[in-house]
Amino acid sequence: MQTFRLVIKNAFRHKLRTSLTVLGIAIAILAFGLLQTVVGAWYAGVEASSATRLVTRNSISIIFFLPLSYKEKISQIPGVKQITYASWFGGIYLSEKNFIPNFAVDAKSFLELYPEFILPEKQKKDFLRDKKAGVAGRKTAEKFGWKIGDTITLKGTIFTGNWDFNLRGIYRGAQKGTDETQFFFHWDYLNESLRKTVPRRADQVGWYSIGVTHPDRAAEVAAAIDKTFKNSLAETMTETEKAFQLGFVSMTEAIIIAIRIVAFVVIIIIMAVMANTMAMTARERIGEYAIMKTLGFGGGHIAGIIFGESLIIAFMGCALGIAFTYPAAEAFGEAMSTFFPIFNVKSQTIYLDIAATFIVGLAAALFPAWRAVSLKVADGLRRIG
Amino acid sequence: MEQRKFIVEINHLYKSYRRGSQILPVLQDITLDIAEGEFLALMGPSGSGKSTLLNLIAGIDKADSGSVRVGGLDITALSETELAQWRHSHVGFIFQFYNLIPVLTAFENVELPLLLSGLSRKERKEHARMALRIVNLADRMEHYPSQLSGGQQQRVAIARAVVTDPVILVADEPTGDLDRVSAKETLDLMERLVHELGKTIIMVTHDPRAAEKAHIVRELDKGVLNADIQAGH
Repeated sequence: MQTFRLVIKNAFRHKLRTSLTVLGIAIAILAFGLLQTVVGAWYAGVEASSATRLVTRNSISIIFFLPLSYKEKISQIPGVKQITYASWFGGIYLSEKNFIPNFAVDAKSFLELYPEFILPEKQKKDFLRDKKAGVAGRKTAEKFGWKIGDTITLKGTIFTGNWDFNLRGIYRGAQKGTDETQFFFHWDYLNESLRKTVPRRADQVGWYSIGVTHPDRAAEVAAAIDKTFKNSLAETMTETEKAFQLGFVSMTEAIIIAIRIVAFVVIIIIMAVMANTMAMTARERIGEYAIMKTLGFGGGHIAGIIFGESLIIAFMGCALGIAFTYPAAEAFGEAMSTFFPIFNVKSQTIYLDIAATFIVGLAAALFPAWRAVSLKVADGLRRIG
Repeated sequence: MEQRKFIVEINHLYKSYRRGSQILPVLQDITLDIAEGEFLALMGPSGSGKSTLLNLIAGIDKADSGSVRVGGLDITALSETELAQWRHSHVGFIFQFYNLIPVLTAFENVELPLLLSGLSRKERKEHARMALRIVNLADRMEHYPSQLSGGQQQRVAIARAVVTDPVILVADEPTGDLDRVSAKETLDLMERLVHELGKTIIMVTHDPRAAEKAHIVRELDKGVLNADIQAGH
């Protein structure tokens, strides 16, 4: 018989109690994992951003536009390799609950600067050729059952009216973290329409995306761009794509902090549940610990048995919780795809689960182990008669 | 006349317990020698200090003053860790309520003290099997304590006590929880351990039939050891 077998047998001595504790830990790990994934989803845009891309927007706010004429000036700044521009369209598909991030883009330069949007060659050609063409992400196309050739009508909120687009392409993301829910179409299509209907809003873009020759030059290029348009009618603010995305996230920072606090409260609660289980276990077995000490087992050996039992129970719950996390995250991500286009359980979340479990297992066994180690043999024997 | 070798030598032993601000003397000036291969019974009324004296001899409690020498070693001078190691290799314990680990089989319970011995797995198995054969429980090795009668559980406890081949066996009311037949079997087995294996047994008991098996019976009264009241076999 090995000591490990004794640990295993002890862990399953009270099957119902152990099962309920394991289930409790599993649910806590599931909740912790999902909450961490929600936080991760919040930052998905930040993580997917490139270190070699800058975003130039109006220095007052993103809702103010920049003149199209800035494109040429920016292109001439040393360190600028590529440039494209886009405008937030804010169109609604059928009803408001069907949120799709949709943009008017300068198609050719956009696809060059964003190679993470993978479009089959034929679809790309068709998209570039047709001014009324639009391209949707795989997830959005699947969600609404769109097929190539379909006419997609978006109801404009910023640019009023119904806008028809010919779906010429469905893109896939190059990485797991690439957003596959977007819809984009030709900025020229929007601009030509504005020239006819609201000329004062024509020839303006929401922001410029700039590819720099080297990430090390990003700060220098950003400063040069902003300097170029200083004291102009539309001063610019240029930052890295990551900082640009973080700007959006920071608007909802309080929610993220709340989610993080809840995630750690879940761990503290399960630590209390686990500690209670281990305290009950140790109290019941105090006589056995005294017998083992009588037979010559040292405090360290007995503490090892208690820690081992606690860690086994905690890790069984952890394994079950992690196994639940993946299907739960898939279902959650599906249901919340409008809010979280990227909802993947990251390996970092699993490492956090394991670390939290380890801490819970150790912390729960601390007091019972101390009690067993400090137990005087004669006192322990007196308790069992 | 044959020179008797004493395995246990107790000199002027005192032990008291503190209850709040009160100090209750439990053992007073105990001096006792126990010869190797002797079967000694300690009797006396409840609270007379029998179990306390047994605990001090077995190294699971500390005396206030005096000395306990076992096999020439003064165990009162040992630290807790040294005592634990000493108990493992020198003392076998038999308790009133057997005190087997319920989740371990009879074999595993007997093997338990050997986990500290440094023996190989194969050697541990051989030793545990032999101990169970001595107590006639070779056919119950895979049974759990709950599947054994009280008498059988006490025999497993005796096998666990002897498996490390200790110098002395201490038994605290070993028949206290047994029926008459099981008690007799247990006492016969202990007698065999003395006669066939040369073990020294120190037994605390209230049971006169158990005391009859002992070579010497000593009585404790209010912490004081009286003269021999019976010379047994």
